[in-house]
Amino acid sequence: MGIFEYAPAPESRDLANLKPQYRPFVNGEFVDGSGEPLKTINPATEEVLAEVGTASVSDVDTAVKAARKAYNGVWAKMPGSERAKYLFRIARLIQERSRELAVLESLDNGKPIKEARDSDVPTAAAHFFYHAGWADKLDYAGYGPNPKPLGVAGQVIPWNFPLLMLAWKIAPALATGNTVVLKPAETTPLTALVFAEICQQAELPPGVVNILPGAGDIGAALVGHGDVNKVAFTGSTEVGKAIQRQIAGTAKKLTLELGGKAANVVFDDAPLDQAVEGIVNGIFFNQGHVCCAGSRLLVQESIAEELLEKLRYRVSTLRLGDPLDKNTDVGAINSAEQLAKIKGLVESGDAEGAERWTSPCPVPERGFFFAPTVFSDVQQSMRIAREEIFGPVLSVLTFRTPDEAVTKANNTPYGLSAGIWTEKGSRILWMANQLRAGVVWANTFNRFDPAAPFGGYQESGFGREGGRTGLEAYLDV
Amino acid sequence: MTATTSSSAATATPSPLTDATRDEASLRRFLHGLPGVDQVGVEQRAAGLGTRSIKKAAKLWAIDTAISMVDLTTLEGADTRGKVRALAAKAMRPDPDRPDTPRVAAVCVYPDMAETAVEALRGTGIHVASVATGFPAGRTSREVKLADTKIAVDAGAAEIDMVIDRGAFLEGRYLEVFEEIQAIKAACGDAHLKVILETGELATYDNVRRASWLALLAGGDFIKTSTGKVSPAATLPVTHVMLQAVRDWFVQTGELRGVKPAGGIRTTKDAIKYLVAVHEVAGEQWLTPDLFRFGASSLLNDLLLQRRTQADGHYSGPDYVTVD
Repeated sequence: MGIFEYAPAPESRDLANLKPQYRPFVNGEFVDGSGEPLKTINPATEEVLAEVGTASVSDVDTAVKAARKAYNGVWAKMPGSERAKYLFRIARLIQERSRELAVLESLDNGKPIKEARDSDVPTAAAHFFYHAGWADKLDYAGYGPNPKPLGVAGQVIPWNFPLLMLAWKIAPALATGNTVVLKPAETTPLTALVFAEICQQAELPPGVVNILPGAGDIGAALVGHGDVNKVAFTGSTEVGKAIQRQIAGTAKKLTLELGGKAANVVFDDAPLDQAVEGIVNGIFFNQGHVCCAGSRLLVQESIAEELLEKLRYRVSTLRLGDPLDKNTDVGAINSAEQLAKIKGLVESGDAEGAERWTSPCPVPERGFFFAPTVFSDVQQSMRIAREEIFGPVLSVLTFRTPDEAVTKANNTPYGLSAGIWTEKGSRILWMANQLRAGVVWANTFNRFDPAAPFGGYQESGFGREGGRTGLEAYLDV
Repeated sequence: MTATTSSSAATATPSPLTDATRDEASLRRFLHGLPGVDQVGVEQRAAGLGTRSIKKAAKLWAIDTAISMVDLTTLEGADTRGKVRALAAKAMRPDPDRPDTPRVAAVCVYPDMAETAVEALRGTGIHVASVATGFPAGRTSREVKLADTKIAVDAGAAEIDMVIDRGAFLEGRYLEVFEEIQAIKAACGDAHLKVILETGELATYDNVRRASWLALLAGGDFIKTSTGKVSPAATLPVTHVMLQAVRDWFVQTGELRGVKPAGGIRTTKDAIKYLVAVHEVAGEQWLTPDLFRFGASSLLNDLLLQRRTQADGHYSGPDYVTVD
């Protein structure tokens, strides 16, 4: 009997049309930023992908001015039906260039190509399609007649879903008549700059979308700019708090989508094999770099052993490696810094007495990789149960009764998402009402749709993105 | 088949599970106590695994493995001895131009044709499988089913494919189904028993899981999806559920039992998707004809054509393989 070795099936890196240099996008043009250029690397190989020009604080001012001019001059007064045409065009262009975007995203971020191709890029296009549909219907969205845009939106996005988070931010802003200055994450600026090309291709009026690569200081300058009316941030809770302090007392509207430590609750009557799939999808999707990842598994004690056995077997079949290979399930950790953070938290798990199990899968020697890891015997008091790890590390806790499950699930400063696994419909409804989380999935996990609002409680932030509720964050209502 | 498959299961139900079959009520409690199957989840997983990329060496290996797992089948009212002999010849030399082509696992025929098949395949190591028990409906008395089995076994069939009484199953008369499988298993003697669940008629994945366990508890060496006479026949998600059942059985008892999807698997591409499922859902040790079979007639030719394509670098077309 041979061993069933799948053939490597790497997507061609050439599809990404990688250029040696990328530049900021301001007022419809690619310009030389006056910041220090940064090098963006492929986390799977540690090779430099490209040099990216960054913005300085003065560039932020130029970009905001361009956005203001476009807002006053063209975008806000354009009929919604016309704005919709641009959004539809952008959506179609994302689809047309989907392979290029998927490969580029995988190279820059380290995520498996199958996720970039099957999830990130199509969902990004879907957000533009969905919001294009709203652009001419805002009068009927339930906010009263003629709701007004806010003005210039300053948006700062994270590195875990670079293109998708851009779509979540830009699509509703444009649909509602706002103009945008967006700062992509320092380690993953490339797809945002290709998106800028798409804006040119779509002949979007200059200044409606501006993209400024840079580090945290540029984000802070953008958020703090006096002529920005709306701030939208997705990222860490720490930075979210800083932003909230920074703009306190101003008239700026703010939405924050921050960290999470989601409980994935499995009852003894759950469809176990699918629960295992959901747990895997909940924590190992995108290497666990998901703010709503189901990183805290709460299992009913009576089935804990059985479930863990199934889970370990399933996790051991996950294939870790070259993100561009279609057979890869778990890709690379985005940066050395993030890898160090994951390692630190895992060590704390060991030190605090949790039982660590790591998948025996081979780990590439180069690049930032971390083998899927499951901690059992985790207690609420341990750091790995309280802090967001943002990596492929699952903490398993147990509970005895539904009430205890609710108590433990809610015992966190976060509240972005939760999962419930049970065949009992009434229990799903009861739990969903008790759980303090923005999204509660039942018998599934990590499912997204542009029509479904997404957002958090407590330290996971406030405001919603997506759906009719998400539009409200960009309207004066 | 080799000794890796348990053939003593019917006589000694493993102790942790003995209570499950003590009486009708215990059996019902046990089967309904199995974890449910979420339809959306299992279908999503099946679709996801279908996208694994199998090429070059892996594909050649998969094709040869799939060929060696085929139960080459003819189950027509119009079957003749000539047809069965032609099929037997094909089983022995699937691709006459390529002597390195593996042989199939078995030839599967109706009981009255078992003798012809046994004669034609004597000394080749290829098993004769026979669909007994009033195939495909199974709507006949226990006596007739046992007699049907006896005809096949007496003729030398090494494998019996029985159909379960779906009527009894759907009415919830689980113990009756259980006892019938046990009785047929006893009548099989040394022959291996494949239990056809006819999953298309069981309709829900929960039922597929319960029927799988019922068949395993009763001593079936294989659980098989379908007769091929009912639509839908084998599907990937159903096969996933059955692979999970044999894996769970192995974890609980240490015994290895097999799975056979049958009906509707016609292309190499499909067959490879099943092998990926075997590999990732049950585990690598199931990737053997002892524990996994394809019930198929037209699949073999596509496997042969793809095998040639891999070797020659171009597709040659259906005229280059035999029609039998």
